[in-house]
Amino acid sequence: MAETHSLQDLQQPGVSSKVFVQRDYSSGTICKFQTKFPSDLESRLDKQQFEETIQTLNNLYAEAEKLGGKSYLEGCLACLTAYTIFLCMETHYEKVLKKITRYIKDQNEKIYAPRGLLLTDPIERGLRVVEITIFEDRSVGSGR
Amino acid sequence: MKWDLAAFAQPLCQFLALELTPAIPVIGGVLFLFVLGTLLRTSFSDPGVLPRATPDEAADLERQIDVANGSTGYRPPPRTKEVVINGQTVKLKYCFTCKIFRPPRASHCSLCDNCVERFDHHCPWVGNCVGRRNYRFFYMFILSLSFLTIFIFAFVITHIILRSHQHGFLKALKESPARYPFTKIGLSAFIAATALTNSTVVVCFFSIWSIVGLSGFHTYLIGSNQTTNEDIKGSWSSKRGKDNHNPYSHGNIFTNCCAALCGPLPPSLIDRRGFIQSGTPQLAPPTNGITMYGATQSQQSHMAATIPLLQQQSSEPVILTTSPENGVSLPGRNSLTLSGPCSSLPFGQPTPPTSTPSLSCHEATDMLPIHGHSHTHTHNHSHPLQEPVAHHHYLTPEEVPSPPGMLPCGSPHSHTMQAGFYNPASQDSLHEDSVRGLVKLSSV
Repeated sequence: MAETHSLQDLQQPGVSSKVFVQRDYSSGTICKFQTKFPSDLESRLDKQQFEETIQTLNNLYAEAEKLGGKSYLEGCLACLTAYTIFLCMETHYEKVLKKITRYIKDQNEKIYAPRGLLLTDPIERGLRVVEITIFEDRSVGSGR
Repeated sequence: MKWDLAAFAQPLCQFLALELTPAIPVIGGVLFLFVLGTLLRTSFSDPGVLPRATPDEAADLERQIDVANGSTGYRPPPRTKEVVINGQTVKLKYCFTCKIFRPPRASHCSLCDNCVERFDHHCPWVGNCVGRRNYRFFYMFILSLSFLTIFIFAFVITHIILRSHQHGFLKALKESPARYPFTKIGLSAFIAATALTNSTVVVCFFSIWSIVGLSGFHTYLIGSNQTTNEDIKGSWSSKRGKDNHNPYSHGNIFTNCCAALCGPLPPSLIDRRGFIQSGTPQLAPPTNGITMYGATQSQQSHMAATIPLLQQQSSEPVILTTSPENGVSLPGRNSLTLSGPCSSLPFGQPTPPTSTPSLSCHEATDMLPIHGHSHTHTHNHSHPLQEPVAHHHYLTPEEVPSPPGMLPCGSPHSHTMQAGFYNPASQDSLHEDSVRGLVKLSSV
C-alpha cells in the first residue's frame, strides 16, 4: 500500500481533533503564545519542533509590535500625512503579518502536513490561539 | 440657522482678517477640518474588537475549565485566570458572550456587544468605543477640539474688544452685524446674529472647561499608560496595596506618550466588509492544506469572522436543552449551564462604564454609579438608539434558527420567542449576542 503521507492522498481527511495553543500574557499585552507542548500532539510531533515553531512565531509578533525609532517614525509620518500614506504603503505590522503567513505556510508544507497536522494562522482566529488541526491518520498500520 | 451662522461668521472673519491678519480665519478653518477629520476617524475605525471564539475553541476552553474545576456539580466560581505581569498579579476574566478569556486590559462593551482590546471607554459623543486602535485619534480629536474652542473664544473676545474700542462696549455687543450692510440680514437675523455672538462666547466658555479638562485627563492617562477604565476602578492605585503598580507603564512619561500616540497600529482583527455566509454548518477543514494558503487572508478572515458567529446560533439547540436549574437568570445560550448555573455571573462579569458621557474629567466620579449598572440596563436602554444603525449595517442571516436578525426595537419580550430561555435580566447581553455582535455598529 502506498504511504499516505502526501497531501494528495489525504483527500478529504477527517478531522480527528483540534488543539489550541493559548496566548501567554505573562509579558503583558503583547502577542505571545504559550510554548507548553500539548499532550495531544505527543504521538505526532517532536516537542522541540513545536517549541521552535511557536518561539519563532512569538519573535515575529514581537517584531511587529516593537516600539522603536522605526515605528515612531512611521507613526509620526502617518500622522503628518493625515494617515493617507497608508493608502500607498502597508504598515510595518501588516508586513510582519504577511511574513508570518508565509512562515506558517512553509512550516505546514515542510513539517506539519507530512505528519497529518495543520497549523492555522493565528490572525484568522483573532490572534487568540494557534489552532492545530489533527487529521485522521489513514496510513495503513497506523494505530490512530 | 445655518444662514445666520454664515451671516455671523463671515463678517467676523472679515473683520479679523482686516483688523489683524488673514491668517486667523485660515488657521481656524484648518483646525476645524482637523477636528472633523479626527472625529470621523475615531468614529469609524475599529477600536480593536476581539472576534468571538469559534465553537471549537469555546468547547476546548470549556473542557479545560471543567477539568480544572472538577465535575463535582457544585456551582463553580466565576471564571478567572491569574497571570503575573511584570511582578503584578492580574486577573483575566472569562467573557461569557465572546467565550474567551479576555486579554489584560480588554473589556467587554455592552453597547457595542464586543470585547475591545485596551478598552478605554465607550464614547457616546463619538458613537464608538475608544480602544487600542483608535485611542490616538480620539486624543487628537479632543486635543484639537480644545485648541479650536480656545481659538474661537479668544477671537470672539478679540472681536468684541476691538469693536468696543470703536464704539461703546454694549453697543458693540449689539451692533456687530450692523456694520456690514451687504450681509442683507433682516431684523430677526440681526437679533439672531447678536445672540450668536453672545451665545458663542458663553458656549465656548463652558465647553473650554469641559473639553480642556478632558484633554488634560487623557494626557495624564497617556503619561501613566492607563486606560479610563483602569483609572476609574483604581486598578493600579497605591491605595489598593503597597506594591500595587501599573505593569504596563514603560517607566517614563515620554516613552508612554510615544507608545500610545506613535506606536505601531495593529490591523483590524475583524472582517467588517464581509458578508455572512449562510447555511454553512461547520468551518470545514481544508481538504488540501496547501491551497488553503493560496486563498487571501481576507477571504479566510471572512470565514473566520462570519461563520463562527453563525455557528453560535446553529449550535444553540444543543445547549438549550439544559434548562435553568434554579430561578436565577441564566444565560441560556451559554454552554456553561452544563457545568452548573452561575448566579455569581453578575459579579464575575466586569462591566466597563459603558454609557459614560466623556465630557469632563469632573464626571469621572459620576461614572462610578454607572459602573455598577448591570449589562442589561444600559443594554436595553441604549438599544433603541443603536437599533437603526444596526439595521443599516448588517445582513440578516437567513437560515438563523434563533431570533431574526432584525430584532424589533430590542425589546426583551422578543426573546421569549426563543423557548423562554433568554432572561432579559441576564447579565450577559446574550439576547442579541450572536446577531448584534456580528457587525460593529460603526460602519466600515
